[in-house]
Amino acid sequence: MNMDRRSFLKLAVLGLLALTARPALDLISKPSAARALDGPFSGKRLAMAIDLNACTAGEGCIDCIAACHSMHNVPDIGNTKEEIKWLWEVNYGQAFDDQENRFVKEPLQDRRVLVLCNHCDNPPCVRVCPTQATWKREDGIVMMDYHRCIGCRYCMAACPYGSRSFNWRDPRPYIRTINEGYPTRTRGVVEKCNFCEERLADGLQPACVEACRTGALKFGDLKPGTELYDLISSQFNLRRKGELGTQPQVYYLM
Amino acid sequence: MYDKGKIIGGLAVFLCLASFPVWYTAASGKADYSPNPVLPASENQCVESAQYMKEYHMQLVQQWRDQAVRQGDSTYISSDNSSFDINLTGTCFKCHTNKADFCDRCHNYTGTAPNCWDCHNVPPAGAQPQVMK
Repeated sequence: MNMDRRSFLKLAVLGLLALTARPALDLISKPSAARALDGPFSGKRLAMAIDLNACTAGEGCIDCIAACHSMHNVPDIGNTKEEIKWLWEVNYGQAFDDQENRFVKEPLQDRRVLVLCNHCDNPPCVRVCPTQATWKREDGIVMMDYHRCIGCRYCMAACPYGSRSFNWRDPRPYIRTINEGYPTRTRGVVEKCNFCEERLADGLQPACVEACRTGALKFGDLKPGTELYDLISSQFNLRRKGELGTQPQVYYLM
Repeated sequence: MYDKGKIIGGLAVFLCLASFPVWYTAASGKADYSPNPVLPASENQCVESAQYMKEYHMQLVQQWRDQAVRQGDSTYISSDNSSFDINLTGTCFKCHTNKADFCDRCHNYTGTAPNCWDCHNVPPAGAQPQVMK
């Protein structure tokens, strides 16, 4: 074939351009990964109220904890160092260690208090997560993406409530009955309460709220006009460690 | 060339050994082995066409993951406009009731070890997924 230098170069450049056309088109036409993070949520603010006067945790009731932990395949490892907790109870003084009032309504002081992830408006765990494995949804739920968690435990150091647990070992052997509808976790990821977002998606209340026999747990959208809003705005209530500015969304009615 | 016989002989032995995996599989009849995953008897349509699922199920599963977890939207609208609940255990295993005869066959053949099952539950072979609500 006869071809001068000039036309050979022209053809070569055209050929190269043709090769790059497809990848370039793909780059332009695909939605970016960042856009995929935006969800179709409406601007709600989900919150929970726990009525300490109605809650019978001090009398040995663990209905809510049992419901939560069996629903979400939370293992019972059997030692406190490796304990996995979504919803658990502590003494009044441990839950509200920032309260400096010398006298608290007496029966309250002896109460056991249910504690869980506070789904803060200003969550420190989200700020420190290097992989965005934990983030705040538009409806206020502080979510975990176990797929993305690398187990660095920054979030555990950042959370002032100790609401996060780390899987030091494969949790499966320590789960009594596995609920196949919800994934277990694996070694090396952090987990915590998710306000039962998978149940909310099906129009159900969180498992703990549903399991509570005394109606001490209330859950819903915290905006004027809702039952939850009326309850919280009309009764004296405390939030845990409010002075830290995390704006926790679990309200304890006193 | 010195030592012609030794060199050529050595090369022949080397070629025989190097190509051992090829001719051994051909001779033993394993060359045309195919994993043949067992398809569900009751269903003949997956969420997308069989060809698409063969080629792109890994991308589809990742898209499901991002859509359900990151965007909170757990309904998948397929290309023929039917909707499916995004749920690896609840939806996939409703039809593909035997992981060992379906997923594992090709995964073992191609030497891939997806870590989905570290967390997502696999119902016992032949059983329907038990979902607690």
